[in-house]
Amino acid sequence: MAVGDEDNISAVDDAMEEQEEQDDGYTSSTPTSTLTWISWFCSLPGHEYFCEVTEDFIEDDFNLTGLNSMVPFWKEAMEMVLDVEPDEDAAKIPDVSIVESSAEMLYGLVHQRYILGRAGQQAMLEKYEAGVFGTCPRVYCIGCNVVPCGRSDIPGIDTVKLFCPNCNDIYVPPSSRFQGVDGAFFGTTFPHLFFQNYRESAPAPFWKPPTRGAGSTSPPNPRMSPFSNPNPYGGQKRAAGYVYVPRIYGFKVSERAKCGPRMQWLRLRPESAEELEQVDWRGRWIEDDEFGSEDEDGDDPRMLEDFDDGEGDEDEESESEEEEV
Amino acid sequence: MSRFIVEDMSTGSDSDYSSTWISWFLSSKGNEYFCEVDEDFILDRFNLTGLNNEVANYAQALDLITDQLDDEVQEELRGSLDTQARLLYGLIHARWIVTARGLAKMVEKYKRGDFGRCPRVLCHSQPLLPVGLVDIPYEKSVKLFCGRCEDLYSPKSSRHGSIDGAYFGTTFPHLLFLVYPAIIPPKVGTPLEGSGSTGAAAEGRAAGSGALGGASASSARRRREREKDDALIPDSGAPGAGDGVGEGLSTASVALKAERYRPKIYGFQVHETAKLQRWQEAIRDRQVTKLEVLEART
Repeated sequence: MAVGDEDNISAVDDAMEEQEEQDDGYTSSTPTSTLTWISWFCSLPGHEYFCEVTEDFIEDDFNLTGLNSMVPFWKEAMEMVLDVEPDEDAAKIPDVSIVESSAEMLYGLVHQRYILGRAGQQAMLEKYEAGVFGTCPRVYCIGCNVVPCGRSDIPGIDTVKLFCPNCNDIYVPPSSRFQGVDGAFFGTTFPHLFFQNYRESAPAPFWKPPTRGAGSTSPPNPRMSPFSNPNPYGGQKRAAGYVYVPRIYGFKVSERAKCGPRMQWLRLRPESAEELEQVDWRGRWIEDDEFGSEDEDGDDPRMLEDFDDGEGDEDEESESEEEEV
Repeated sequence: MSRFIVEDMSTGSDSDYSSTWISWFLSSKGNEYFCEVDEDFILDRFNLTGLNNEVANYAQALDLITDQLDDEVQEELRGSLDTQARLLYGLIHARWIVTARGLAKMVEKYKRGDFGRCPRVLCHSQPLLPVGLVDIPYEKSVKLFCGRCEDLYSPKSSRHGSIDGAYFGTTFPHLLFLVYPAIIPPKVGTPLEGSGSTGAAAEGRAAGSGALGGASASSARRRREREKDDALIPDSGAPGAGDGVGEGLSTASVALKAERYRPKIYGFQVHETAKLQRWQEAIRDRQVTKLEVLEART
């Protein structure tokens, strides 16, 4: 991994140097110079997940609140990102490569904010629908498109991951060239806000297996009928819900075996939205005498945490708008 | 092993550079998932029962695999025979890897990570095992089974993505964990690189099992305690971070330790997803309770 990172960075550096040379060589009248730093940066190998942040978004100081303390050589980095001719006293910068990494950091952090706003979400939707981010490696997600996702909003913690809306899980990008891309440049919120905004791309939380045998006669109707989720704020796409069942010589491996299935719950979906209501906010079955009795003292800390977290999404859209203003 | 490394240099279908067809086949690019089938297994016709109906030019293909093909015949059929030999070897391979000796060879490959590692972030690069979705050739390509999340993934490389799943079969990974329960991956912690690890880890596991044993008078309380433990211990340093759950240990409640990703918007869980995840965890808890009750009874 470390090797991959170095390769990546050195490749970026090389390309940046080329860019510098170009900038020096050509004047602003030549056609090549119409390539801005931003579009050049987004075209680098490994930067396919980035969308182009508009210059007016970067020029609005409100959008940059707090970032100047995180990026060294702020002014110079801004000039580089926005293709502004540097000041006369630029000579005091020890090394151009330092400014280059500052510019990358600046752009990445602005990008994290930009893709939460309306224009950024739209730009990412176009990339999503074009399949730029790839598909889920899980077989039974049947090639569901994924979106980039960070595990932290602070740079330097972890590299970019891919979130699959069908299995609600995160994956390592298949190519090592993404191992040099910081996950914070996409952030933890982006994928989930994205699928709140574009619900028609978000798979619903329930799934009814197509009825076998009768498949030829009656069920074409439900399959043809447009899918709808009774929850208008939920995912409006038909989910790919099949869960793998391990078999030995055609026989299901019993869950009573030591090596039996233990993780099917992780991918399981109820057949209908109503079934989700059978579990209360603490994660307990409602009206389930058989198993309810052993869980009588309801002071489970984990369950309380779930409650706190679960209800907070009503304000999301208004919050996302704020980023843009 | 050194033989494979040497033969990496040989290219093309010309088998002059390799000692045998099998070693050439195994060393050519894209065939990394296959293991070597012992010659006496192939030579025992009982093991090949029925394959003559599956493979055209069965006799010559078998001769080619076992390096007994006349050079003259090879000239006439060369192109198609190579494909038939691959098919035959694949089908023999599917039978071989569910024998005791075949499983042992595949365990070695598994421990080396020859089949790749799980792309799921929270599986922490758990080594994978190849598996077919059907046992009939020409139906579905090979998939990879992760013993930690117990799910299937497509191979990263298209070289491997085009291998027939029937060459590994639907049974293999599950039989492997049935025969070698000691290498069932734990649900928590990072898999240790390299094997032969785990004196200390095994002790930790044994101690853990002591605490978990004496099953089930108050399973709910114990579950909460375990979850508390998990919250305190970061993923890497957890006990049981060996390359398997260990022999003689219960796996009834391992699922409680499994990590999962929780989508959040500005730190808040997404309503519908959180609801689905609560439901899934309730299903999990119900299974754990059931298994613990069953275990207490035995």
